[in-house]
Amino acid sequence: MKAIRSQIRTELALSSRQGEQLLVSLGIPLLILVFFSSIDLLPTGTDEPIDFLAPGVLALAVMSTAMVSLGIGTGFERTYGVLKRLGASPLGRGRWVMSKITTVLVIEVIQWVVLISASMLLGWSPPLSGWAAAIAGALLGTAAFSGLGLLMAGTLPGLATLAAANGLYLILLLTGGMIIPLSELPAPIAAVAKLLPAAPLAEIIIGSLTVGGSVASWAWVSLTCWAVIAPLGAALLFRWE
Amino acid sequence: MSVIADQLSIQYGQTVAVDQVSFEAQAGQITVLLGPNGAGKTSTIEHLEGYRAASSGSSSVLGLDPITDHHKLTKQVGIMLQQGGIPTAIRPRELLQQYAGFFPASLDPEELLARVGLTSRSKTPYRRLSGGEQQRLSLALALIGKPKVVFLDEPTAGVDLEGRDLIRSLLLTLRQEGVCVLITTHDLAETERLADKVIIIDHGKVIAQGSPSELMSATSSDHLLFGATPNLDCAALSAAVGSQASETSHGEYRVEAPPSPALVAAVTSWLAARNIQLTDLRAERQRLDDVFRRLTDSSDSTDSTDSTGSTDSTDS
Repeated sequence: MKAIRSQIRTELALSSRQGEQLLVSLGIPLLILVFFSSIDLLPTGTDEPIDFLAPGVLALAVMSTAMVSLGIGTGFERTYGVLKRLGASPLGRGRWVMSKITTVLVIEVIQWVVLISASMLLGWSPPLSGWAAAIAGALLGTAAFSGLGLLMAGTLPGLATLAAANGLYLILLLTGGMIIPLSELPAPIAAVAKLLPAAPLAEIIIGSLTVGGSVASWAWVSLTCWAVIAPLGAALLFRWE
Repeated sequence: MSVIADQLSIQYGQTVAVDQVSFEAQAGQITVLLGPNGAGKTSTIEHLEGYRAASSGSSSVLGLDPITDHHKLTKQVGIMLQQGGIPTAIRPRELLQQYAGFFPASLDPEELLARVGLTSRSKTPYRRLSGGEQQRLSLALALIGKPKVVFLDEPTAGVDLEGRDLIRSLLLTLRQEGVCVLITTHDLAETERLADKVIIIDHGKVIAQGSPSELMSATSSDHLLFGATPNLDCAALSAAVGSQASETSHGEYRVEAPPSPALVAAVTSWLAARNIQLTDLRAERQRLDDVFRRLTDSSDSTDSTDSTGSTDSTDS
């Protein structure tokens, strides 16, 4: 336990010191939330944009931390030999993975607290009954996106991971139903998006946290598949050096 | 014996990086793997650290297998990678506290920072430390868990003179405390000052090993050179001084024995008795440099570890 605590403390200290990580994990979601809820530019399909945007950025926060921050951070750690050096310490692989997972979850909790508070200040009032499903979706999404982030980190050089994770983030931000509803996208793009992990995550969180909303079953199926396949792929293909 | 490599070979695809290397390193000694770049030093040490599997041969660290018992060994072994291994944004104190948390019993991070002279830099991010400071931090990291065996890959590379002195004194302290220290380097001066035992590696093979003094004497090179009248009776001289004497070139002589004052006295009195003029007299003691250069040169060409060094001396 002492070793895991020590590793998590370091992971959190290093994450909090990275300006660009803070920007991706909190800055961008907050900006989207405040800007597009005050200026009704996006075709959110709701009377109040905040009712769509608030759960949308909660999904976005999961994707940014689990895939982008984790992937880029781990990618550079691998490039700089940090993982190699840790490998010679008594920490061990299992406790290293546990520390990474815990760090991601802690950051997500902080993001959600900040984003939910901001959304409520902007007039959002989600149905209480939806939280269980939303959190379940967030956990599945964390597994799926962490798997993708680590898959990139463990197979590509640090800079390539940086580019790939940011590129994928941008594509999924626009096509993942997080800030623009899938129904507003051209049908072929929406069909492909449902097979990727972002749209099902958004569908679950938005559907659960919208008054009178529901979650389509394709979302649970698709996201669960990703939550199994991506971490498995990372575990099989990850190279430590 | 703390560390044993027995007929160890390591291959990358078709390339043989380490070729049937055998050596031992013991507690309370500093053992140096000496060789030019690309000789196979890092591959050898990284095998012992548990990173590279051997393609044949065997090895043990503290009686355990470095690959299959890797996790057990991590508590007793401290390592310093040739480069990197430390997050660029981390601060020295933070890093030592992090690793201290991995061991059941560790050194006090504050005390260790002081020992490597980084107390005043304890809050400076790693990337802003100088090369020498980074190396010292990396060395501190190797020591945090009170290891019984320490593997250091080029510990003094890129370190200034002051830093070298500090690292050297730290290593001597470890030796005193009974730690087995295994270092790779291509720095001969460092080796001569520190090593209890030297293993010279070139092209993946051990070409010589022993204590520095054994290496320097075993290769026939302590000798006395002098210049005098040509065509002296070398047989008579040899008999008089009790060591092999020969005329290596016209009027240049060489006596094959350590140039002790007694030998010098014997040679000069033999010459004095015959009233022979001495033109010069030189005591030559080989340095590790010479041994290393000759050995690595000859392993380049053929396997001839042949007789003499340079004897083409000139008159002054």
